[in-house]
Amino acid sequence: MKRRDLLKLIALSPGAAIPFQLYAAGTGTTRLLVVFLRGGYDAANFLVPVGSSFYYEARPNIAIPKPGTAANAAIALDGDWGLHPAVRASLLPLYQKQQLAFVPYAGTDHLSRSHFETQDTIELGQPHDRRRAYNSGFLNRLAAALAGSSNAIAFTDRVPLAFRGEVAVPNMALRQVRKPAIDAAQTAVIADMYRHTSLGPAVVDGFEVRDGILREMSAEMEAASRNAISPAGFELEARRIATLMRGRFNIGFVDVGGWDTHVQQGGAEGYLANRLEQLGRGLAAFAADMGEAWNDTVVVVVSEFGRTFRENGNRGTDHGHGSVYWIAGGGIRGGRIAGEQVPVQRETLHQNRDYPVLNEYRAVLAGLFARMYGLSPAQLERVFAGVESRELQLV
Amino acid sequence: MLGAFTRDIRLLCGVAVLALTAGCQYPGGAPSSGAGAEPRFTTAESRLALLDRITWGVSASSAHAIEASGAERYIEQQLRPIPAALPPPVQAQIDGMTISQRSLDELLFEVEKRRRGVLAIQEPDDRRAAQRAYQQELTRLGREAATRSVLRAVYSPNQLHEQMTWFWMNHFNVFQFKGNVRAMVGDYEENAIRPHALGRFRTLLGATARHPAMLRYLDNVQNAANRINENYARELMELHTLGADGGYTQEDVQELARVLTGVGFVLTPNVPKVRPDRQADYVRQGAFEFNPNRHDYGDKMFLGQIVKGAGLTELDEVLDRLARHPSTARFISRKLAVYFASDDPPAELVERMARTFESSDGDIAATLRVLLRSPEFAASLGRKFKDPVHYVLSALRFAYDEKPIANAALALLWLNRMGQGLYGRETPDGYPLTQASWSSPGQMTARFEIARAIAAGQGALLGDEAISAKSTDVPQLSGSAHSGVVRKTLSPSTLTALEQARSAAEWNVYFLSSPEFMHR
Repeated sequence: MKRRDLLKLIALSPGAAIPFQLYAAGTGTTRLLVVFLRGGYDAANFLVPVGSSFYYEARPNIAIPKPGTAANAAIALDGDWGLHPAVRASLLPLYQKQQLAFVPYAGTDHLSRSHFETQDTIELGQPHDRRRAYNSGFLNRLAAALAGSSNAIAFTDRVPLAFRGEVAVPNMALRQVRKPAIDAAQTAVIADMYRHTSLGPAVVDGFEVRDGILREMSAEMEAASRNAISPAGFELEARRIATLMRGRFNIGFVDVGGWDTHVQQGGAEGYLANRLEQLGRGLAAFAADMGEAWNDTVVVVVSEFGRTFRENGNRGTDHGHGSVYWIAGGGIRGGRIAGEQVPVQRETLHQNRDYPVLNEYRAVLAGLFARMYGLSPAQLERVFAGVESRELQLV
Repeated sequence: MLGAFTRDIRLLCGVAVLALTAGCQYPGGAPSSGAGAEPRFTTAESRLALLDRITWGVSASSAHAIEASGAERYIEQQLRPIPAALPPPVQAQIDGMTISQRSLDELLFEVEKRRRGVLAIQEPDDRRAAQRAYQQELTRLGREAATRSVLRAVYSPNQLHEQMTWFWMNHFNVFQFKGNVRAMVGDYEENAIRPHALGRFRTLLGATARHPAMLRYLDNVQNAANRINENYARELMELHTLGADGGYTQEDVQELARVLTGVGFVLTPNVPKVRPDRQADYVRQGAFEFNPNRHDYGDKMFLGQIVKGAGLTELDEVLDRLARHPSTARFISRKLAVYFASDDPPAELVERMARTFESSDGDIAATLRVLLRSPEFAASLGRKFKDPVHYVLSALRFAYDEKPIANAALALLWLNRMGQGLYGRETPDGYPLTQASWSSPGQMTARFEIARAIAAGQGALLGDEAISAKSTDVPQLSGSAHSGVVRKTLSPSTLTALEQARSAAEWNVYFLSSPEFMHR
């Protein structure tokens, strides 16, 4: 009951400089993009605990140099934390504009250290003490809780677990967008074949999304045919996602792979640095392309777990536990490291190997969603059953 | 092409079994009572539904085969296949491949020599060009393997064997674009997976555990005493044997990783210096290597029992334990049931299969026999949603059974476009086997696009890129189905759609896009 009262208070509190309150549930202008880094990215080399001598002991070959000690050193955010230099041009400006915050020690209590189990756990977002229902992902439940005002889409080849559930969520990967070979007449004939089958809604949705995307992409395609240089990789995807999320879609999901760095992950430069650089560039492009709508947009970057705090024998890292999540958006209260923290030292490691999880992700997201959408306790309970939401005042 | 085909078209009433009606009855083919109980598969439509499940899709020749032998005998033949010839042009294509002519160690040594040669080049432009050529050669070797796989899937009479080869390749997944796995994946499929796909699980498991493709993909080649890499150890239990709920702990993962130290492979013919007292432990078989210098010889505590530090025999000991663990029997049985019966198979069926798996010491064919003879299996026919691999291969078998394709590149492209490319799953869990992953809106739209491509007739498939636009090249699917019987198997909505076709190619589009053709 206490929690509910608190939530009510938050939801009702007037004028607390919460831009998102203006766009609460009814209007649908609030936008959410969840970016899932599959593979367990090495958070400790992204948000670098530069104040910890233990960090430098534990990673003799792959640590990011202390700020000011080298040309490619970590960028100091405060006395304790620094940012990987690969995102200097892309993410640092967002952080400085207070449009980006980090939540260290974030993740799930799930402890298998299996990519798949842990990804599933996060995407389902269900209580751990009961059998998992694989047809109910947390983003689908959010879309359902927002009822008529949500319009969700997965920018992936397949609908991710997070979007499985009662709301039919379409998917469309945006790496390659082609003009369809099935013409309008054929589209109608095919849709008719499925009208009375269980696949009917998926078929119709697919055609609608296909046409919608094509319409919205036509400008980009025209531009691309004139311009010599067009972005590639994740930046291209991110720009396309922005095109669609400026328009009809207000809840999106995309995943980015390639983070399972068991071997030769590099330090200030190298494999992981390149991945981070691309990701950072993509997110900065997304923010820019959202234009005005960026002010109503929140991007959440998650990953299934962090990696071992110590480097392994192959200058890589193995599966760990706590991670660092990112929250970005034009209207957020960023430029800070949010959530519960402990000093980074041997004694605070989880099982003497990983970051602990102090900011359970469902609690963090519940707090975030409550403020973004002005969700009632009942709506919140639908998204994350039995979760005590944690208020980090990020929006 | 359509001589024998048209004759068999009467039999094709089972092709699209979703909406079968009583109109589709065929009097031929006395049933054998292999299952011991009630005769099953007494109608041609049910036999073709059976074909659609235990093969990569109905073809004219498989329809012939099942009518000739009867359903139950056909099942037995599929469970215990004898070597069978491929059509000569298909076999000739395979024989011409580099991967058919070179052994894995030869290939690997050569590829590695080349890689080192590239690194030695000083001039940046030359080096870049050599690097590109090296990568292209690796990609070519991976494509050879994928092409061979498609050709066998479409044309081998041993269809269950081919499906099981895919199943185990997916179960023991490797991702070809990691490092030089492209040079290994052909041998992996040919010598580690295919020979054991219907054999003993323990043998199959052992073959994957000693194959460079697996040891590279899951980083065990990097795993050495005091430089532990847990990657393979974890997946070996979670994904290959016990399953995530199979009853092991983080300590077991760490101890298994210690057992696996020193298990790797070599990229040059050179033999390393091994300390004298361990020399007898050194093992080299082809490119596989067990290097005592890298092995942790301490005792391990694994799944509650000691493993005495002894070298490579430790690997056999832990694989024995894992293969014979009851969790493995259940995990594998359930996965087989998901693949061959239903997305959520009855627990009772899985239990029966697991009992046979255990009592037969992991005999895969015996376990499958329990499944194929079960009433749950017969009742499930026509209800499994095809994944993209089934979709593409079944379309090829339908259209190109008697006209061997000379170039599988398009088929590989289609699979990639639908997100299920061969050896293309980055993560070790393999592609998902249930409908939810493949029937989303985006997937359906992509599938209709592929239907359109197959329907148009692709000259490139027949080896002639130049004639791809010719109308004579369009597969005559409608010519066969107009014979009247297939029509009766289709729902009124599908028939209405087919009637609106303005050309043979468009008829194909609608047929291949129909709900009936999406299921097996």
